[in-house]
Amino acid sequence: MSDDLQILLDSLPRLGDAVLVTLQLTVGGAALAFVVAVLLGLGSRTGSLLVRGPSRVVVELLRGTSLVVQLFWLFYVLPVFGFRLESLVCGILALGLNFGAYGAEVVRGSLAAVPTGQWEAAVALDLSPVHRMRRVVFPQAWPLMIPMFTNLLIQLVKGSALATYILLHDLNYFIEQLRRGTQDTVFSYGVGLVLYFLLAYALTLLMNALEVRAKHRVGAGPSLRQVLSVVPGRRPVRAGAA
Amino acid sequence: MAPPAIELRGVVKRFGANTVLDGLDFSVAKGDRVTLIGPSGSGKTTILRLLMTLEESDAGLILVDGDPYTHEMKGRRRVALSERRRSLVRKRVGMVFQQFNLFPNMTVLENIVEAPVHVLGISKEQAVHRAKELLDQVGLGDKADARCTQLSGGQQQRVAIARALAMDPEILLLDEVTSALDPELVADVLGVLREVAETTDITMLIVTHEMQFARDVSNRVLMFDHGRIVEEADPETMFSAPREERTQEFLKAVLAG
Amino acid sequence: MSDVWSWQRAADVLPFILEGFKVTLLATFVGTAIAAVLGLVVALARRSSNRWLTVPLGVAVEFVRSTPLLVQLVFAYLLLTDLSAMTIGFVVLGVHYATYMSEVYRAGIDAVPRGQWEAAKALNLPRARTWRAVVLPQAVRKTLPGLGNYAISMFKETPFLFAIGVVEMFTAAEQYGSRTFVYTEALTLVGILFLVASYPTSLLVRRLETRLA
Repeated sequence: MSDDLQILLDSLPRLGDAVLVTLQLTVGGAALAFVVAVLLGLGSRTGSLLVRGPSRVVVELLRGTSLVVQLFWLFYVLPVFGFRLESLVCGILALGLNFGAYGAEVVRGSLAAVPTGQWEAAVALDLSPVHRMRRVVFPQAWPLMIPMFTNLLIQLVKGSALATYILLHDLNYFIEQLRRGTQDTVFSYGVGLVLYFLLAYALTLLMNALEVRAKHRVGAGPSLRQVLSVVPGRRPVRAGAA
Repeated sequence: MAPPAIELRGVVKRFGANTVLDGLDFSVAKGDRVTLIGPSGSGKTTILRLLMTLEESDAGLILVDGDPYTHEMKGRRRVALSERRRSLVRKRVGMVFQQFNLFPNMTVLENIVEAPVHVLGISKEQAVHRAKELLDQVGLGDKADARCTQLSGGQQQRVAIARALAMDPEILLLDEVTSALDPELVADVLGVLREVAETTDITMLIVTHEMQFARDVSNRVLMFDHGRIVEEADPETMFSAPREERTQEFLKAVLAG
Repeated sequence: MSDVWSWQRAADVLPFILEGFKVTLLATFVGTAIAAVLGLVVALARRSSNRWLTVPLGVAVEFVRSTPLLVQLVFAYLLLTDLSAMTIGFVVLGVHYATYMSEVYRAGIDAVPRGQWEAAKALNLPRARTWRAVVLPQAVRKTLPGLGNYAISMFKETPFLFAIGVVEMFTAAEQYGSRTFVYTEALTLVGILFLVASYPTSLLVRRLETRLA
């Protein structure tokens, strides 16, 4: 075990690089997924069939064909058509498109959940459609989206482990290297899984903070500052029913 | 002398900082029909829920036929009885709820025979036979195989009454059984209960806003306010000549509305 | 286009893919069965009042759910050398998705109105009978769409089994590709098959959702 630890310590710089690759995939994939989700999600709700039709088709195509197939398709087949992408770009693209399609459903559903009275009030005030969406509807749908985005983000992190198979030296790759070095499967995979867990946990905390802030902004719930300052006795007492 | 069917001794119930019952004492004799009236939040429903062990009292004792029900005194300490011992007493108590609480995944007949078969160990045939008698009695003999969700509120509540009676309870708790019903459906349900009151000697504890029903069925009325008994009388006196100002105000408000 | 796509190659690879499709379906069915049963057991166990059971179980569920299926598969494969890759694959899929399904069950159980529990108590039904005859039949009904959606997700994640050499349809395509150095037809066909199988199923689940709502 102490040998194992020594090997782990010796390979810390490589671990840093590996985590960086996984983070690049995560952040890049999530950013692309967000853009795709918003575009396709809004597209799925427009009145124009010319926009809505293709949006729906793309969403179903991306959701229905499996992340693994998409990733390897981009990696092996796209070059045949003359597009040779770097592995990292390939990974970000596959994660971003696949989870973007799932995110589009979240955006669509959350926009639909904003009460129609809000739309009508915005129309009555003569706000332009863009203004309506940007200032009235989207800010209210946003807190509803975040918890579901959090789930998708964790799934995206998990999916990023595929990168090893398109020759990227990500966290998953590091685990396997550590196993070769230590000859200790339980140790190396134990360490690796805990690292993935911590990454997912940190992202969840971050997203929860985002959710608190978003809710506070639309007038629901305390501010982030209030949540973070845990003062005993400040919690509201739950009233019982007689 | 036989012990009372129900006896509460110094019962306290709190919800958080709110004390709903503060040392309540009262008893109900066998065969009595007692109606609890009073403004909402006065603790009437809480009493029924304590008697069904749906809530846990914070102090005091509840006895059924003189037997300890939820707690007993060991020396000067009040100890909770085991779930097994509670259930022995609970078998004698039945309850009809405001929201009926029929099991939507079962037919009308299945709702009624479920407990007799699985709690009392009565044979399936016997239980079905008895259930059909009860359904006839509540005027729903043709609905045995219906899904509960297909019935009107009034019909559901009559099934719920049949379900409670199928357990042959000694004590029946009726918790605002007509409050969730459309006005035109109330009469059928009350009619069924009047008949039960006339033809059996089941002890009944009734929480209701139907004053005429309380007058017809009960032989004692208790006026509650803030978890205490404000006034106690026979229905005639209570509704015609209440002594307490609080009761007069309450009855005026209820009868006007 | 013809130098990019060959119908001949497509015809060559299709039998391998269809053979793999059987394994994909088997993995989905076995995995779903394990997840549905284990998920229910976990959901019930987490309602226990014994904190020595619920706290570790909660951590375990959270851990399995937020770490990659891919890494779990390889880990289990390296660790459990006595078992066949296929067995390991099915079980890991099942356990991974059990953590998701347990949440679906939990929500379904929580959605059973309190009045149902109270009526069961008023009738003195024993605890086990209350669960079996009253709560679970109502809860499971509400969970069916959720379970169905996760079964579809699992179907689309069966390609992860390639990492431990189980020849489901993606692995079959990948192997054909690495033999011939041409992946176009094989991977495209697999993608189409996934779409053709999952899209109608998800429509079905959506219909179920509106019907049971």
